[in-house]
Parts: sequence; C-alpha cells; structure tokens
Amino acid sequence: MSAPGAIVVGGGLGGLWASLRLAEAGFPVRLFSLFEVKRSHSVCAQGGINAVLDTKGERDSIEQHILDTIKGGEYLANQPPIKSLCEQAPGLIGTFARMGVTFSRTPEGGLDLRLFGGVKHRRTCFAGASTGQQLLYGVDQQVRRLESLGRVEKFEWWEFLSLLIDADGRCRGILAMDLRSLEVRAFPAETVVLASGGFGQLYAPKTTTSTNSTGAAASRVYQQGAWFANGEFFQFHPTAMLGHDKTRLMSEAARGEGGRVWVPRTPGDRRDPTRIPERERFYFLEEFFPAYGNTVARDEASRAIWRVTRELGLGIGGGDRVYLDLTHLDRRFVATRLGAILEIYRKFAGSDPLDTPMEIFPAAHYGMGGLWVDFERDADGGMRPGSARNHATNIPGLYACGECDYAYHGANRLGANSLLSASFSGRVAGEAAANYLRGLDPARPALAETVIEAERRRQETINQRLLGADGEENPYTLHQALGALMTERVGVVRDNAGLEQALDELDRLEARLARIGLGEANRWANQTLIFTRQLADMIVLAKAVTASALARDECRGAHHKPDFELPIPEGSFPGDPEFEDYRARWRENNTRWLKTTLAEYAAPRPRIHYQAVDLSVCPPSEPRDYR
Amino acid sequence: MRETPSTIELRIRRQDGPDTPPYWETFVLPHAPDHNVVSVLMALREHPLTHDGRRVDPVCWDHNCMEEVCGSCAMLINGVPRPACSALIDQLEQPIVLEPLPKFPVVRDLLVDRSAIDAGLRKVHAWIEIDGAWDTHEPPPRIAPQQWAADYLYSRCMSCGCCMAACPQFGAGADFVGPAPLAQVRLMNAHPTGRHDKTERLHAIMAEGGLSDCGNAQNCVRVCPKAIPLTTAIGELGRQTTIQALKDLFGSS
Ligand SMILES: Cc1cc2nc3c(=O)[nH]c(=O)nc-3n(C[C@H](O)[C@H](O)[C@H](O)COP(=O)(O)OP(=O)(O)OC[C@H]3O[C@@H](n4cnc5c(N)ncnc54)[C@H](O)[C@@H]3O)c2cc1C
Ligand code: SF4
Ligand code: SF4
Ligand code: FES
Repeated sequence: MSAPGAIVVGGGLGGLWASLRLAEAGFPVRLFSLFEVKRSHSVCAQGGINAVLDTKGERDSIEQHILDTIKGGEYLANQPPIKSLCEQAPGLIGTFARMGVTFSRTPEGGLDLRLFGGVKHRRTCFAGASTGQQLLYGVDQQVRRLESLGRVEKFEWWEFLSLLIDADGRCRGILAMDLRSLEVRAFPAETVVLASGGFGQLYAPKTTTSTNSTGAAASRVYQQGAWFANGEFFQFHPTAMLGHDKTRLMSEAARGEGGRVWVPRTPGDRRDPTRIPERERFYFLEEFFPAYGNTVARDEASRAIWRVTRELGLGIGGGDRVYLDLTHLDRRFVATRLGAILEIYRKFAGSDPLDTPMEIFPAAHYGMGGLWVDFERDADGGMRPGSARNHATNIPGLYACGECDYAYHGANRLGANSLLSASFSGRVAGEAAANYLRGLDPARPALAETVIEAERRRQETINQRLLGADGEENPYTLHQALGALMTERVGVVRDNAGLEQALDELDRLEARLARIGLGEANRWANQTLIFTRQLADMIVLAKAVTASALARDECRGAHHKPDFELPIPEGSFPGDPEFEDYRARWRENNTRWLKTTLAEYAAPRPRIHYQAVDLSVCPPSEPRDYR
Repeated sequence: MRETPSTIELRIRRQDGPDTPPYWETFVLPHAPDHNVVSVLMALREHPLTHDGRRVDPVCWDHNCMEEVCGSCAMLINGVPRPACSALIDQLEQPIVLEPLPKFPVVRDLLVDRSAIDAGLRKVHAWIEIDGAWDTHEPPPRIAPQQWAADYLYSRCMSCGCCMAACPQFGAGADFVGPAPLAQVRLMNAHPTGRHDKTERLHAIMAEGGLSDCGNAQNCVRVCPKAIPLTTAIGELGRQTTIQALKDLFGSS
C-alpha cells in the first residue's frame, strides 16, 4: 500500500513550511492554493522577522524574547508554544539563509539586525524592504525542488471548500473547486493542514491585507465544528495610507523618525494642508500623550485617531483621515531614513510626502485570533517536538498553522513576530501531521463513498443555486457594507450596545446575501460566484468575531471596551494605597478574564465558552505600566 | 498639470474563454482621485455597464497584494505590460486600453495562465540544493554586503511576467524559457551553496530554449516594474556558459 497522503491548504509561509516537512518525512503532499503560491499574502510583509541572534553586543536573550512576546500579548497566549517559538527562531533563520534567502548583511557578511517596535534590543532580521517576499521565495524554491522530484503536487487555482469527515468525526480529505471550470472534486487524504492566512478582508477596504485574506477557509472548517479562538483580538495599524481598494501600511518608522500626526482645528477645513498655519493645527497625539507624543504605542495611536475623527468629528474634510506629516523634517534625512515609505506613498498616492502631508487612518492589520490548536507540553516547559497534538485542531486529522491559527500572539502581536510564527507553526504542524500519519491504524476503513458523494452534492447545489440567483443584491456592495460595519462597530473601540447591533446587522447582511443576483452568466472562471461563496463564509466568521467581542467585558491588548477600562490611578506608584487597590482590581480582572475565548459554530449565533491559559513559563504578577 | 477629467474611460479587450474570439467593450466610470487600474476594475465589477448602458458580465482579472509585490495583476495597459495595482489613473492617457498580458494563454478577459514561468523555473533548477529544511546548528554562509546588494536586485522578481510579455523571443511556438527564469540562474549561481550546482543550471540554459535564444532586444529590462537588471544577468550568464562550454570540451567540470 502506498504511504497515506497529506493535503496542505495554503501556500503562504505556513503552508509551504508544512509541505516541506511532510514531504521530507516521506509522505506525498498535495498543496492547494487559490493562485500561484508565490503570490500569497506573506509577500506583503516588509519589516522583518524576529530571532535572538544577539550579534549586536546588546546582551539580548531568548528569555527576553519570550517575555516580550508573552507580555505583548497581555498573557493571553499559552506559554509553552511561545517558549519553543523563541528558542527555535535562530535555527529557523539559519535554515532560511541556507535556502538562499537574501537577508541583509553586516559589513562582515553576517545577518544584520534592526530594531523593531515594542522591544529594547535589535532582534529583527530583514531582507531589504521585502522580508516576507524573500522568506516566501526561499520556501517556494524548496517546494519547487521537491515538486520536481515528484514529492509535492501543486493544485494552484483550486479553492478548498470543505472537509470530508468520516463517521468517527475524523478529517479524511477535502472538497475543492477548480477556479476555472468550477468543477467540484473530492480529494481523499489522511490528514489536512490548513494554512489559509488571515481575515483582514472582513474590514475592507480599511485593511492592509491582501484581497484574498478573506478568512473563508477558516470559516468553513469552523462551520464544520472546528473552534475559533480569540476572534475579538484584531490589531489595527494606526498609520495606513488610504485607498479605494485597500489601505497600505506606512511603517511605524514614519512616526519614529519624527513624523507628526495632526488635523485642522476647524472641523471640515478644506484648505491645502501646507497653507494651514501652525496654530490652527491640532497635534493631538502630542496633546493627548505629552510623555510619548507621536511615538505612542500602536493601539493608543489608533484609538486617538479614532477619537479625533469619529467622536470629535475633526477628520480631514469631516472624513476618516488625518495627516501624517514629514514636511517639517530635513528632506535628505527623510529620504535616507524613510526611503521605502516615500517610495510606496509616491507610487500609490501619486504625491510626495516630502512636499505634502500624507493622509492616513487606522486599518485592520493582523488577526491574533484564529482556529484553536492544541499543543503537548514538554518536560522542559516548551512544546514537545514532533507531538501529533501540536497544532492539531479539535477535529482529529485537521491541523492549522500560520495566521489562520490563534496560537502565539494572545491579545496583541509584537511587530515582526508573525512571519516567525507563520514559518515556525508551519514547520511544527508539518511534523505533527507526519507523526499523526505514522500513528494511523493501517487497518482503518476507507472513507465511505456516500460521505464523499453527499458532500460533493451539497457543494454542487450551492454552485447551481448561485448560478441561477437573480435577486436584487450585489455581492460586492454587500462586502463593502460588511467592511464598513466591522470597522465601525467591531474595530478600534467597542461597546456592547454597538456589538449587539452589529450582530443584528450581520443577520440582515446574511438575509440580503440570500437575495443576490449573480450578474455573471459565464460559467467559466466565474469570479462573482467564487467571491459570493467566500462572502457568505466571511459573514459567518464576522459573527464569531463579534460574538466573542461582545462576550468579553474588559480591555486587553487590541480589544478595547472603554466601559470596562481599568486605568492606573494617576500619580500613584507601587506601595501607594491607590496603586495597591488598583493592583487588586487588576488581579481580580485577570481571574475573571485571563482565559481563551472559544467560539463554536451554531446558527443563528455562535456559542461562546472559555478555556484556561497555560501560564507555566511566566505567570502575570505586575500590571503593565508604560509611565 | 493636466486637467483632471470627470470620468474614466476604459477600453477592455475581452474574451469569454481560452478558445473563443476576443472582442472589445468600452466602459465609462465617474472619476475619483487616487484610483488605480485595479480599484477601477473593482468599481466596475459592482456596476458592469458598458458606455451605451448594456449590462454585461464583470471583467475577469487577477489581483492580491495591491502593493506591487505579488505579481498577480500584470496586464497590458495602453500597450505596456505592467502591474495594474500601481498604474494610477491620473497618470494614464485616456481612454485607458486594457488587454491581457500577451504571450501567455488567455483564461478569460484579462486573466492569463502564467504557468510557463513556473515551468521555466523548474527547468533551470532555480533553487539551492539543501540537505533538508531542518536546523543544522551551524552559522549560515557569510555573504559580503556588496554581493548581497547585487543579488538582492534579482531576488525581488515577483514572476509577474511583464518581461516575458515584452520579449520577442518568448511565447507560443517557441521554447525559450524567457528572461525571468534566466535571471534566477544568475542569482542561484552566485550563492555560496548554490554555486555547487552551477554546472547543472548552466547545462539547462545551454540546451534548447536556453540562453542562445535571446536576441538581446533589451525589451525585457525596459518593462520590469522591479527594475531588475535582466540584460546584465543575461550578459553574465553568457560569460558563464562560455566557460562552461570550454570545461565541457576539455572534460573538467
Ligand atoms: C502589509 C503587511 C505587512 C506585514 N509585515 C509584517 C512584518 O514585517 N513582520 C511580520 O512578522 N509579519 C508581518 N505581517 C504579517 C504576516 O505577513 C502574515 O501574518 C503572514 O505572512 C501570514 O502567512 P500565512 O502563511 O499564514 O498566510 P498567507 O501568506 O496569507 O497565505 C495564505 C495561503 O492560503 C491560500 N488559501 C486561502 N484560502 C484558501 C482556500 N479556500 N483554498 C485554497 N487555498 C487557500 C492562499 O492561496 C495562500 O496561498 C504583515 C502583514 C501585512 C498585512
Ligand atoms: S534581451 Fe533577450 S530576454 Fe530580454 S527581451 Fe530581448 S530577447 Fe528577450
Ligand atoms: S524580471 Fe521583472 S518583469 Fe520579469 S517577471 Fe520578474 S519582476 Fe516581472
Ligand atoms: S496586486 Fe500584487 S502586484 Fe498588483
């Protein structure tokens, strides 16, 4: 009998790493992607990837990387996986370099490191201004090598639709659709690794993610019983340049190097910004945060921009935009320090930030939440290498890795930690799935034909219904409505009344989607049909996100509900009675809320329950204090 | 400065499937600042009405990153092969003429099949032979920053296919692998480990459809959106293959 086969869905960093490790373990791999794998969203990452190499004489340490990651996530992530992630990061970078990734070099030819937000040491490897692209190409080339040896087979331009699940509840393969012919075909397999990326498109167009980061694939397995964890935690990047199609990330460096954020003091002032005199400008970050000014942390900056535009109505021209101004800085300095930003802004806005202030707004950037995955704790406190439990979802045989899992970032992600987690988790998931295959009962019965046929028919029926849909609603218009709703109610700042309304509104969107007119008669490569299917699953996922946000009555990381804020009493410090009183309330809040949210699919509303967090590496003792 | 028009006029070459004849349609959309070709196509798919008010199927095309880094959205825009997401409407002559990227088989409308690029990369062994994707507990090979700067130019190739579309030697009926895969040979041959398999890669491009098919027309380098010095790579490979041919002749590899 031939070796049992594996399926990997997704060809970003996560999926390609999983494919490599499965193929190297000797199992045949079929790799599915919506498009050529090297076009995956991972290419968008510019900044870098964290690993403690400690080559800059700064006494950086792996312990510090672990602590930074744990604390950055406000303790919400299980700690053994974080420990392994940070410990294995340097080896992972070395492997990437062996693959030929063009990491930027020091004068001695070693790997260069740069400083990234939220940490004190230079810990971030980078490859020019296109780190994600270079990392992805490294693994893409290795997968091509294995492909030429016949050990990996790619199915590009195929979309994963659903899992094949046998009578025992095990995942036994997938159903996928050819994105040209719309043929729906069953691919039996003994294990499936899902690496389908993030879900920023729930917030479109105010998101920095690629147009294919819809979360539809994760939603599909969620609807088949996989748990979706910590969906309420979504990181918003404060400074994204605006666009009709998407908003593009303007790196943190713009503020770090002296950029100032402001709006005209007069609401609706439509004068050219360079004509607005200094005293008529509201440098709100500098006024709100005298100690930090424009370099205040990402979340704070996003909330301040939200407040100024949405609550004070001071956005430029009354809209969702504020200025990020570099024009007061020395032109030569800006050109050398912020070359990548200037280039991207000039290219996509057609104007020069050296002459006129950039217009920016917060955008949905990275979903910390995702499919729940397991891990096995090792005696040394990390994740046990090779355990088939690592990165396993609650559906036996189904693994998840990359941005579609929830594992490493807790309530907030540290910059440059997700290229690391996507790659590392892909490697771990591939090894775990390989060991799952090794442990399978050789005498297991084949998947029943009836299961395959029923699932195929179900999916065909959806296609037939859509091809005949002639209602009055347009799926692309509904997507915009979804994005606007999520941005408004489930975004930077949340409140329970708004979240309740959002859930009702999502029900209405679902009802409207049932009344769409497809408006595309050609059955060949019918992109409207493909998109409409994804949109339906996005709305379901949006409900999981919203219900999770509604249930969590606290502020933690990226989830901000001002009604439940626990501010540090001003002017008081550890030892002061007010501070100790605050510490007691902080502890109490942790007892109540330091737990993982699990959303379980149910119609019309998801069921929410919780799971304890493994705090075995470093339990929380001190509240965060940035003063 | 040019006067800003109040509308955007698109002339699009359409095709319903790989084997059906192409036809043209004209669309007129309201102008908005900071539109690019992809964002206009997005606006169009919501209301796919031709200029004379006919409701038609939305136009099919490919896009993902919207930051000119994934290579998906390349098409012929006013006769030039280029990524659509970075083609700003206000910098284009109207009517804006959109056609599928030439040389690649049309799937539908502006969507083409670029699997030839992948096949080319496989043919020239565009990868480093590593023992396996595991930690070897050794420091990675050192690379001088000067070499890095030269290599990095080539590693940014996003397989958009613009250079291939512009190349007179590449296309249906010809075997030529095209400029993008050739540039990857230049890149891989320079890597300290990649060098070990230089001979194999050079033999691949010395065979039929390889380097000698390049007519040195220089079209490729003029259209590459990532400014990849393709003809420099081709020149370097010319020298490498000459040396290889001599080695082959005298039996020392
Ligand atoms: C603008 C931007 C900049 C960033 N910069 C950084 C940075 O500097 N450092 C950092 O650490 N992180 C950064 N990130 C985050 C990081 O890039 C991502 O988290 C990471 O690349 C995700 O990788 P992935 O493998 O999970 O998914 P992706 O790369 O998104 O890949 C998803 C894959 O799944 C496939 N897929 C999806 N659905 C289906 C389906 N239904 N059927 C078949 N295939 C499917 C797709 O085809 C694709 O191949 C950035 C993110 C953004 C948006
Ligand atoms: S130089 Fe060679 S590869 Fe480039 S366009 Fe001309 S023939 Fe094609
Ligand atoms: S060399 Fe340039 S034009 Fe050619 S595929 Fe690569 S990025 Fe595109
Ligand atoms: S959409 Fe990626 S290059 Fe244009």
